Amino acid sequence: MSLTQIEFQAESAGELPAQVIEGRSPWLLAWRRLRQDRVAVASAVIILLLMVLALCAPLIAAWVGHPPDTPYVNAGLTSQGLPVAPSSKFLFGTDFLGRDLFVRVIYGARISLLVGLVSTAIGTAAGVVVGMTAGYLGGWIDTLLARFIDSVLALPYVMFAIALAVVFGPSLVVTIGVISFFSWAAIARVVRGQTLSIKEKEYIEAARSIGASSARIMFIDVLPNLLAPVLVLATLFIPTAIVFESTLSFLGVGIQPPTASWGNLLSQAETFYQTSWWYLVFPCAFLLITTLAFNLLGDGVRDAMDPRTERLFASQRKRGRRRSRHAKPMPPAAEVR
Amino acid sequence: MAFVRFIIRRLLAGIVVLWVVSLAAFGLFFARPANTVARELAGRAATAQTLALVNKQLGLNQPIIEQYWHFLARALHGNLGYSFLDGESVNTILAQDLPRTASLVVGAMVLWLIVGLAVGILSATRARSLFDRLATMGVLGGISMPTFVLGQLLLIGVFLQLNKHGFTWVQDGYEGPSQSIVGWAGHMILPWITLATVSAAVYARLSRGSLIDTLGEDYIRTARAKGLTERRIIFKHAVRAALTPVVSQLGIDVGTLLGGVVVTETVFSLGGIGQDSVQAVVQGNLPVIIGFVLIAALFVVVANLIVDMAYALLDPRVRIT
Repeated sequence: MSLTQIEFQAESAGELPAQVIEGRSPWLLAWRRLRQDRVAVASAVIILLLMVLALCAPLIAAWVGHPPDTPYVNAGLTSQGLPVAPSSKFLFGTDFLGRDLFVRVIYGARISLLVGLVSTAIGTAAGVVVGMTAGYLGGWIDTLLARFIDSVLALPYVMFAIALAVVFGPSLVVTIGVISFFSWAAIARVVRGQTLSIKEKEYIEAARSIGASSARIMFIDVLPNLLAPVLVLATLFIPTAIVFESTLSFLGVGIQPPTASWGNLLSQAETFYQTSWWYLVFPCAFLLITTLAFNLLGDGVRDAMDPRTERLFASQRKRGRRRSRHAKPMPPAAEVR
Repeated sequence: MAFVRFIIRRLLAGIVVLWVVSLAAFGLFFARPANTVARELAGRAATAQTLALVNKQLGLNQPIIEQYWHFLARALHGNLGYSFLDGESVNTILAQDLPRTASLVVGAMVLWLIVGLAVGILSATRARSLFDRLATMGVLGGISMPTFVLGQLLLIGVFLQLNKHGFTWVQDGYEGPSQSIVGWAGHMILPWITLATVSAAVYARLSRGSLIDTLGEDYIRTARAKGLTERRIIFKHAVRAALTPVVSQLGIDVGTLLGGVVVTETVFSLGGIGQDSVQAVVQGNLPVIIGFVLIAALFVVVANLIVDMAYALLDPRVRIT
């Protein structure tokens, strides 16, 4: 390299415009990290697609020309009265009454997404309020609430969920209520632990010293610092709630026919596995794709929110020292086994 | 001394939890409209007199506080009451169901620990390799898989196919190990696989994360600097420390599952605590439900206690308060 070249390079480096230093909030940083995660983005696209399908279910039914609850006795059943295989007329075939399975699976997506999102929202809100109150106020209130949380977590929840559904009569509202009731406690426990550590920070002391009320400190100073772990927990709870709903429906104590849900479609399909593969395959595939997409997205959100945790799908980061002494929020343990 | 005080305090707290759970179970089933149990037993055509008689026999005509008191007094003597339907002792039903649930849980646990830990350790030591990525996908698949779907697929794809071709070792239902261990295993193999697959995923993920964290610790660097072999570092130094969260998860899982594996038992009709409790719930068989709920809660409470004690013993950084 000749001297002129080096001079030239030095000159051009000197001419570089001064870089604007911009402040990036942790949320913005997390958002950028999330957008770089191809798997998470793909999962988000799949979820959005499912949501659009679910929202447009009546439109799709009208477009196909088959309402979800209309049995097509002649076209939809074979001469032996069995479901008809997928064709251009019935994309996913028909069910045991000759109803269009495609339309019913799309309507099932409405139920699954509705139950998954609404019960997660209720459970999370309740969990945050209870956990934060217990953790911040401390004393006998904390003892009482913590014992209550422990008691709810000690309940055999699958059995109790079924019991509640039987007592109140299975319906959509009861299903959502039951799932919310068994999700808040796990979230409350994590939130309580986080609040206990946030409470000791200097800025809380500062807020207290200028005379802020407990309620103000809780909602203005503590709550924003809880949002990241809570968001991660909530995202990972959605697929659990969806599986919970489909299991309840499968056992006959969730969404009741004729309303279609993936769970009750699968329980009806059980009898026809030998003759009608489509009856089992399509609801099954939709259920699996949905839960997988939410889990992948949840993983992505967790990695984006907490760069200290191991990135599951990262390729660019080199192996280094990772120390995370702090307790990572674990997904709520409401698995339905 | 601190340890003894800790155990006593936790035991007292556990008793409080059990009491709250018994109240919840009792309260829940009296939220049902009155007479439903008696009507189910006596039939639709029963006269009011018959219903009253049935209620009297079951003790349902007493005030609810008194009923609860009777239940509590009996339970403290180790008697959980008698089934509404056939008068069978709840203790007997439990003694019948517990081996079934325990067979399922213990067998599946062995499987899921072997698979979960092996996958977890292999992917942690080969982080970001092809194996690690495939394992991660598999783990997420396992976590996303609803138990009833997996169980059904195994029933249809394996059990029915094998039996159609005259291979009858794999069965559903339950058969005790006292007659033949092989037959028992044949009945249990599919439930084991189902429960183990769903759970192994959680353990693989947990042990992988924990081991990767541990491998970043200073003392592992020290061990490497000493020139120890990688195998020795991983198995002698890292895995042991990395297992603490796995142990606590295991304790809680086993405690919860011993109280009934509702879905797996129902799909394979094993007739353990899980399946029978669902049946009892649907029939409104209160004494059975409360007995089962209490036993399930007891397992959870004991498991939590054992986990906390184990934690304190395994990890010197944990202080007992």
